[in-house]
Amino acid sequence: MIAYNFAYLDEQTKRGIRRALLKAVAIPGWQVPFASREMPLPYGWGTGGIQVTAAIIGQDDRLKVIDQGADDTTNAVAIASFFRRMTGVETTTRTAEATIIQTRHRIPEQALTEDQVIVYQVPQPEPLWKLIPERPVARRAHALSDYGMMYVKLYEDITRFGRVSSAYDHPVMVNGRVLMSPSPIPAFDNPKMDAMPALQLFGAGRERRLYAVPPYTPVRSLDFTDHPFHPGRADGTCAFCGSTSSYLDEIIIDDHGTRRFLCSDTDYCAGRIEEAERRAEEGGQ
Amino acid sequence: MSLLLEARFLNKRFSNVDALDNVSLTVNRREILAIVGESGSGKSTLLATLAGLSPADSGHVLYRDAEGLHDIAAMDEMRLRRLQRTRWGYIHQNARSALRLDVTAGGNIGERLMMNGARDYGEIRETAARWLDEVEIGRERIDDLPMHFSGGMLQRLQIAATLVTNPELIFMDEPTTGLDVSVQARILDLIRTLVHRLHVAAIIVTHDLGVARLLADRTVVMQGGAIVEQGLTDQVLDDPHHPYTQLLVSSVLPS
Repeated sequence: MIAYNFAYLDEQTKRGIRRALLKAVAIPGWQVPFASREMPLPYGWGTGGIQVTAAIIGQDDRLKVIDQGADDTTNAVAIASFFRRMTGVETTTRTAEATIIQTRHRIPEQALTEDQVIVYQVPQPEPLWKLIPERPVARRAHALSDYGMMYVKLYEDITRFGRVSSAYDHPVMVNGRVLMSPSPIPAFDNPKMDAMPALQLFGAGRERRLYAVPPYTPVRSLDFTDHPFHPGRADGTCAFCGSTSSYLDEIIIDDHGTRRFLCSDTDYCAGRIEEAERRAEEGGQ
Repeated sequence: MSLLLEARFLNKRFSNVDALDNVSLTVNRREILAIVGESGSGKSTLLATLAGLSPADSGHVLYRDAEGLHDIAAMDEMRLRRLQRTRWGYIHQNARSALRLDVTAGGNIGERLMMNGARDYGEIRETAARWLDEVEIGRERIDDLPMHFSGGMLQRLQIAATLVTNPELIFMDEPTTGLDVSVQARILDLIRTLVHRLHVAAIIVTHDLGVARLLADRTVVMQGGAIVEQGLTDQVLDDPHHPYTQLLVSSVLPS
């Protein structure tokens, strides 16, 4: 049995990442380069998020890992068990009980608090990558806060589809200064980033970039004055818990195309079911 | 006539070639200046230097606005960029490389407006539609992709996308080269009409003396990076003094 350092990475590497994180927090939304390491899972599976979590996790933390809102998907289960083995810290599925939440593609439905840190796994940290193919040119645009061209994409969406079509990874303006990719979270979750009490950290392992949004920082989704930003949500009700306000996954359940909507946040859904059962019991007594 | 842009003793070397050799010139408000000369005479280098796209080795480019004269080399980058995309415009020879071919005609025209802070979709669209009419593409093509446009239409679109912010100075690098002759004539006619109506000053680089004669108030002739002759267009073309200008004028095919 090989003995690993606490949280897998060696202390020098963790320090390097923490230094980059401090800089990232100091300039909200700004992409800070860091020496991304090889991790024991492929790029695209959350290597950036894992390294950020490894750099900030301590003995007393309680970790929750979600993938598309669910605690029980392969990626989430694998990362949670990785940290259990490498740190011995407790993991949980309860949003309210976690001190660190590592996520891919979602922000939990339950509002986060000042005592929590949310770590996003980011595949593409550069919001301008489709418009400016050359990275140095994109970095100059960030340096000069020169983001007019981003609106060309929004213009095209409205022209072709009648509304802004980016259902996920809708670009946001952080602190009125830096354009940032919110990672591929649904547009539905964008408003949650605005003035969030929890610290938000973003890690892109393949692209070797970190960025951060400190607590209570203004985060505004890009839009036009006459076409305001609209957080999209499937018009449906969760088949399990009956929620009409949570973000839903559409699931095809047979070969005839029968559809059902379910909460994408499994902890939120389970919590509501428990709550409903408890109330039913109390009502029965 | 008030001064708009002035170049003083510009020099630029590319390894062992003098691309610009002590070039000085002025452009006045509402004036059209043609820069003519053969390939490699430094006219495109001069245009790029005047437009602040590539710096000179020595010398100054001064731009005059309401606050006075500004050396563009001393401006910070944000300010220069703002100048380049509001009060200035640059029309490239190859419209394909200047436009976004996968973005609709309306989006291409709107880009400059959005770069300058326009955030109202309806207004941007209405302005784009008006400009499509203006350059005789027609507003009904507003949602079409430029990749389906002909060469002449692309050049018209580029002109609309440049003039949409009502610039006071536009730089044109061989705007009609590579188009067939009948299209050339119509584009030149369009440029002449718009430039005069909008009171824009223009600097046109061309190797075609006919373009200079048709559009320009004044003409400068370049050879080997230096200005060899300059004056009123009619004067320069009808009564050339410098042997090189005489050669250029005499080598135009009779039409």
